[in-house]
Amino acid sequence: MNELFLSSMYAGTVLSLAAYMVGVWLKKQFRSPLLNPLLVAILITIAVLLAGRVNYEVYDASAKTLSWFLTPATVCLAIPLYENFRLLLKHLQAVLLGIVSGVFTSLVSVLALSAVMHLSHQEYVTMLPKSITTAIGMGVSQELGGHVTITVATIVITGVLGNMLAEPLFRLFRITEPIAKGVALGTAAHAIGTAKAMELGEVEGAMGSLSIAVAGILTVCLSPVFAAIL
Amino acid sequence: MKYLKQLLIILGISFLGELLKYFLPLPIPASIYGMVILFALLLSGALPLSAVRETGNLLVAVMPVMFIPAGVGLMASWDILRPLLLPVGVITVAVLVIVMAVSGLTAQHILLHSSPKEGARHE
Repeated sequence: MNELFLSSMYAGTVLSLAAYMVGVWLKKQFRSPLLNPLLVAILITIAVLLAGRVNYEVYDASAKTLSWFLTPATVCLAIPLYENFRLLLKHLQAVLLGIVSGVFTSLVSVLALSAVMHLSHQEYVTMLPKSITTAIGMGVSQELGGHVTITVATIVITGVLGNMLAEPLFRLFRITEPIAKGVALGTAAHAIGTAKAMELGEVEGAMGSLSIAVAGILTVCLSPVFAAIL
Repeated sequence: MKYLKQLLIILGISFLGELLKYFLPLPIPASIYGMVILFALLLSGALPLSAVRETGNLLVAVMPVMFIPAGVGLMASWDILRPLLLPVGVITVAVLVIVMAVSGLTAQHILLHSSPKEGARHE
């Protein structure tokens, strides 16, 4: 099948999109947060490529169209940020400090755990952007010289776990305010966590999408500083 | 034509982000430069939301599929990841729980204690 992929411009894109649709369908059927469509799509695509003995580079060449849209889509994250800006101004202190404390906690705890577990510099910077949205985190990992694919995997798994564990964690820590829930989900579990925030309510969802952008930008600015430490 | 025009504006801003990155090579992805440019244009009123809304919302809505190729890259870097599964797994889960608690509790504490007039949300 490697030959087929090699001669096709669309095979990788079609396979990826079809795998994603299977993920969407499975999620609708079983309503389990474990069945995150992105996670399912990645696993199905890997399975098909392995079964057909297709090289990753060959697949990637015919799936590049998808990655090509990533930059313009990330640029457009400015739209939800702009639309929720009034809500941010109204609760400026609570929202901003919630996000800032979360971003610092994320960077400091990745640093501490990496030091304790003797990770190399490259492995450490791979984990640094794990709490932020994939679009921004990939860029941060690349800029700092991390393993981008491992960064993507940890970001996606962080998001899926955040989505799954949000409600039990909110009960455990007694987080009841809608704004606080949205900030926590957007800061700790980016877009996939924010999908849960949108299920919880409009305020939660708005705060979540705003936190994705703010936490992402803050992490972009702070991670070079943290990367210099270990 | 509306979609084409919106797409042109969004791609144009993406290109501006690349240009800025070229002249200002900070360790910041070009897409973030672009995002800040678009946000500034919207906030200042230089660009109305209607100039990018539909195409922009579509791009944001379908964004997850754009990560599939990068995620599939895991099959190429599996050999690097395998010996790291334990530390990577521990960091992934522990940091998630800690960050969720700290950011949520910080925001909630300030909400409930700083401005009593806004505390009327409890029924």
